[in-house]
Amino acid sequence: MDRPTSIFADAELPLAQLSLDINADGRFAAGELQLHTRHWRWRAGPESDWAAIERQSTHRLKERDHGGVATLDLMDGDTLLQRWHCTLAQHTELRALLRVFEHGHAQSDDDLPDPEVETPPSTWVLLRLWRFACPYRWQLLLGFVLTLASTAATLVPPYLTIPLMDDVLIPFQNGQAIDPVLVGWLLGGLLGAGLLAWGLGWARTWLLALVSERIAADLRTSAFEHLLGLSLDYFGAKRTGDLMARIGSETDRLSVFLSLHALDFATDVLMLGMTSVILFSINPWLALVTLLPLPFIAWMIHLVRDRLRTGFEKVDRVWGDVTSVLADTIPGIRVVKAFAQERREAQRFKTANQHNLEVNDRINKTWSLFTPTVTLLTDIGLLVVWGFGIWQVSQGDITVGVLTAFIAYIGRFYGRLDSMSRIVSVTQKAAAGAKRIFDILDHQSSVPEPADPLPMPPVTGALRLDRVGFRYGSRSVIRDLSLDIRPGEMIGLVGHSGSGKSTLVNLLCRFYDVSEGRILADGVDLRQVRVADYRQHIGLVLQEPFLFFGSVADNIAYGRPGATREQIVAAARAAHAHDFILRLPHGYDSLVGERGQGLSGGERQRISIARALLIDPKILILDEATSAVDTETEKEIQKALDNLVQGRTTIAIAHRLSTLRKADRLVVMDRGEIVEVGPHDELMAREGHYWRLYQAQLRHEKELQEAA
Amino acid sequence: MSTDFTLERNSAGRWCLSLGGQASEPVQAVRSFPLSAPDEAIGLVGDDGHERLHIPHLNTLSAAQREAVTAALAERDFCPRISRIRSVSTFATPSTWVVDTDRGTTELVLKGEEDIRRLRERSRLLITSAHGVVFEIPDSAALDRASRKLLERFL
Repeated sequence: MDRPTSIFADAELPLAQLSLDINADGRFAAGELQLHTRHWRWRAGPESDWAAIERQSTHRLKERDHGGVATLDLMDGDTLLQRWHCTLAQHTELRALLRVFEHGHAQSDDDLPDPEVETPPSTWVLLRLWRFACPYRWQLLLGFVLTLASTAATLVPPYLTIPLMDDVLIPFQNGQAIDPVLVGWLLGGLLGAGLLAWGLGWARTWLLALVSERIAADLRTSAFEHLLGLSLDYFGAKRTGDLMARIGSETDRLSVFLSLHALDFATDVLMLGMTSVILFSINPWLALVTLLPLPFIAWMIHLVRDRLRTGFEKVDRVWGDVTSVLADTIPGIRVVKAFAQERREAQRFKTANQHNLEVNDRINKTWSLFTPTVTLLTDIGLLVVWGFGIWQVSQGDITVGVLTAFIAYIGRFYGRLDSMSRIVSVTQKAAAGAKRIFDILDHQSSVPEPADPLPMPPVTGALRLDRVGFRYGSRSVIRDLSLDIRPGEMIGLVGHSGSGKSTLVNLLCRFYDVSEGRILADGVDLRQVRVADYRQHIGLVLQEPFLFFGSVADNIAYGRPGATREQIVAAARAAHAHDFILRLPHGYDSLVGERGQGLSGGERQRISIARALLIDPKILILDEATSAVDTETEKEIQKALDNLVQGRTTIAIAHRLSTLRKADRLVVMDRGEIVEVGPHDELMAREGHYWRLYQAQLRHEKELQEAA
Repeated sequence: MSTDFTLERNSAGRWCLSLGGQASEPVQAVRSFPLSAPDEAIGLVGDDGHERLHIPHLNTLSAAQREAVTAALAERDFCPRISRIRSVSTFATPSTWVVDTDRGTTELVLKGEEDIRRLRERSRLLITSAHGVVFEIPDSAALDRASRKLLERFL
């Protein structure tokens, strides 16, 4: 290896660079690799010397990754010149380097973002809720005023204890008669204040609960609407249960937080403020002594609570273990029973449950200590006030009435400290919930609507794939694929599983956008028209037809809610579904779907074919439409499909090659590329990929027959 | 549009269809939309389950045909209308209800709340009993107060 240091004399900027954070021995390091116009340049660490190789046109880069570590080989023909390693944390740099090496420039229209790194949610997320609270700002303001007023009202009764003590009870003990008028006034005041606090409290709780419920509902609706607009890869990466929880229970938890915890906290803070003002206006010294223990008590409660919180988090996790056993076992009950593993599953559940018990026992030990501790702390605080108060009374600084008022004020206040200390953890939880919802709202669809959409031209069903490439993450699924499909033509997609057939179909439906190249429908790039405008011309029949909960008629008319009954019946008849629908207890009005009438796979499939027929699409996509049913049903479905295919561009994926005999052309795919195109007979004559697939299937069928 | 067919009861008590002078064949009359449009899209279905004749609407038929089809339909239809819920055994399911219907007073067993189906008109309800008989409440708001109170506990 030569080291022509002279060429570095000019401070040439590298075209691309990569941090080599793993060295040749597989240890972490801080190496660097630079790609320059005429040479490669690298070093193993900041202190090491630079090495270099001159670039040749015969150089090739080979990149592979395994277990999060990427290996980059610089090859000259079959000889390895140099090998570099880095972790996939350098993914973006690595991509850029490869692009520069292959295309000479770093430009790419689809820079893949770095994988999301989870950061703990900041409490400030809650401020973003303002966007949803804004429409209700006047109600919120009114709610605040009501809170202020009702809190003030609750502070009146303790104040009235001063005259009650000093002007009524104590003079009575000293031998004076009780003045019934005064007592009447004071008691009336107490009752009035109580009634006022009751009314105002009701109004404020009701109003704010109403508002917070509406905020949560708005949040829920917009989160769901946004979610529906996201592309399929988002759904592929998330668990259904998780998304359901985010939109369902998280929003509900937020609503509870706003209407209950936040409100209570605000009330408590207001009360603290007002109480201190009142106390200081009565007697500053006693007020100081009364309020002094407050921060200490709050801090100690917080300490205990913190310890409890880690415990409760653990309980949550263990609880997750328990439910995951359930989530595992119940959907797989057929397998469990078939293999007679009920006892093992029961044991697994028992173990998880036992663990849950142990963790709970431990936390309960601390938990049971909590309330008595708070009481003790409060009592000690009161003790201080009593002590200092008695001393002040003995000095003649304050009256007995003032002391009683102080005790009454502070007693009610200490009680709230516990719930106030809870606000920290509750707020954190609410912030985490809010973040999870805003995660959905912030996510941009990877199939974006065009900013300036073209009108969809009359669709004839002509499709053109122009050097299409698609990468999923860093994995290339479809490479440089070109294909012209005439209107009305039927194309059969054939290939091993994993050859990219379904991905191609997803691209044609625009569930994903191509990474390279373009797809044209009647001459228009799919990315230039509105997604919905294009998709309404597509009929999709899937392997596992999905029926929504609702009547058969609703399900058939799903893509065209305004269809008349005649149209629905006609579509069902063309899909060979009419006869069996009439046999259902309520005909077309029978309920199907998750909680509805049980239908066989073939019946469901024919309903979904009717659904596709009803929208009369120009482009029809059959993704393994018949592979989930037996041969007899398949014939029935095939007849239905033959009706469907008439006069439409059809792209069919089928595992059983015999079902594609009618296709005008078969497209044989292998590892994301087209390897053969042509009609059945031609491909058979060629004895290539298709022929081999066909033979293999024949052999397989024969074996099955012999076995039978 | 009036189709050329005759529907008659044969000596065995079955309804038989003869289409355009062909030999007659036993059929059953079936409503496609018994709940949402009972008079539309009526099928006369043969014993093999295939539809022999489709009637788009009852009023496209001649008076005699309509009468026969209506009679054939009525034979299959059994959907008592509940006019009053006298009592329910318990508010947890399964629950035995004693109801007054247009076909007399009877008992029905409700297996679960999900057997009460709300139709598009929110107040119209269908209740499937444990034995598969479907009861209809044409308008739950029109029931008397006591019945509504009982019903409310299950909705």
